[in-house]
Amino acid sequence: MGDVQRIFYYHVPSAWTAFLLFLINFVASVVFLIRRDTKADILALVTAEVGVVFCTVVMATGPIWARPVWGIWWAPTDIRLNSTLVLWLIYVSYLVLRRFSTSSKTASLAAALAVFGALDVPLVYFSIWFFRTQHPSPVIGGGGYLYPAMARALLINWAAFLCLAWLVCWTRYRLEVVTREVEEAQALESLLEGSR
Amino acid sequence: MSFFGITRTTLTKDVRLEWRSKDAINAMLFFSLLVVVIFSFSFDPTAEESRRIAGGLVWVAFLLAAIVALNQTWARELRNQVLDAYRVSPAPANALFLAKAFGNFIFVTVLEALMTPLFIVFYKLRALGPTWELLPIAALGTWALVVNGTFFAAISLRTRSREIMLPLLLFPISIPALLGMVNATTAILTGEGSARFWIALLVAYDVVFTIACLLLFETVLEAE
Amino acid sequence: MNYLYAAYVATWVIHGTYLAILVRKYSKIRQEMESLKK
Repeated sequence: MGDVQRIFYYHVPSAWTAFLLFLINFVASVVFLIRRDTKADILALVTAEVGVVFCTVVMATGPIWARPVWGIWWAPTDIRLNSTLVLWLIYVSYLVLRRFSTSSKTASLAAALAVFGALDVPLVYFSIWFFRTQHPSPVIGGGGYLYPAMARALLINWAAFLCLAWLVCWTRYRLEVVTREVEEAQALESLLEGSR
Repeated sequence: MSFFGITRTTLTKDVRLEWRSKDAINAMLFFSLLVVVIFSFSFDPTAEESRRIAGGLVWVAFLLAAIVALNQTWARELRNQVLDAYRVSPAPANALFLAKAFGNFIFVTVLEALMTPLFIVFYKLRALGPTWELLPIAALGTWALVVNGTFFAAISLRTRSREIMLPLLLFPISIPALLGMVNATTAILTGEGSARFWIALLVAYDVVFTIACLLLFETVLEAE
Repeated sequence: MNYLYAAYVATWVIHGTYLAILVRKYSKIRQEMESLKK
């Protein structure tokens, strides 16, 4: 496979990071639905956004890796690529809902959607898995095993991406908190102005 | 009044109202017909492979018709603030949801019943597998679309660009169900492979999401 | 080999774009805070 195989060290840790972020999003959404805690809502928003960023990286590097290795840009039977695609679609629709919502309870609606998305994930996985067993695969299985040196490089890369993710999330979180405070202050100001 | 009493009353009210103003129904029936015709012009029915892709064609056509039907689910409730009246009443939110979902199910099934003979005629379809299995597939698949569609239609009420929001939310979540419907139908039509796994998947999907919708609908209804 | 570079570029362009979006949001909020203080 040669040098191209090194894309693997970006592609796989990005995927793991995205999955982890989406998992946190699911937990935060459930916590929000139970407790209506604003912090949980902001955490859900932040992890969804950063998760979509990492998932986009996975979707971009996937075909770039597939083309030289498999000869095709996309394999409809590859379970990992297709499951991740659906996950990406679900979370993009989550972000669109957040942006387009005119309700004051956007957080609840988004949290409900996140729960639906999370419930969907195993169903997506199984449906594509069965689809694959029914159709001839243009590519041959998983592709090799992991040498210990490779595994170590993979984990180090993952640690680095996790640090990046954590930093970006933390920044976004602070930004969102300040944004909400400013919006509240603005709303208060227009109320006061109106009553003068 | 009992839970199912409320559901039944709301459902009968909806059906009666739809039946009286046949404009909307007629428009949607005609739309369904148009979809089938467009498909038959776009995807050559005389080709050998038409039996293989017919499953996909049929379900995409049903999906389009369902979206049109689902988009108007809550339209009537929005006018005259019926939705607010419902929130204030002691009636359980789920009774309203089920009534709407059943109503949509009936409506979409009617659309499918219209489109199916047309597809059979245009594509000269003949099932090589056990034909009776198509009925549970149709029912399960339609319910999968309708239960989530009714739920997301309610969410879309609280957004700008309401009509586009519904398919945007519905399509990604429905992908496993779509795979199930299409592959099960193709398995029956081509006679190759068994539809059993796909039917089991559809059952699992329907159970999971019906429960999820019932648990979360109250939250959605309350989101003003 | 080119594919490898394409993958690296794609990855950092995507991350960079997001960070640029965050920077833009930050300056906008800064402006709004200034206008509120007045």
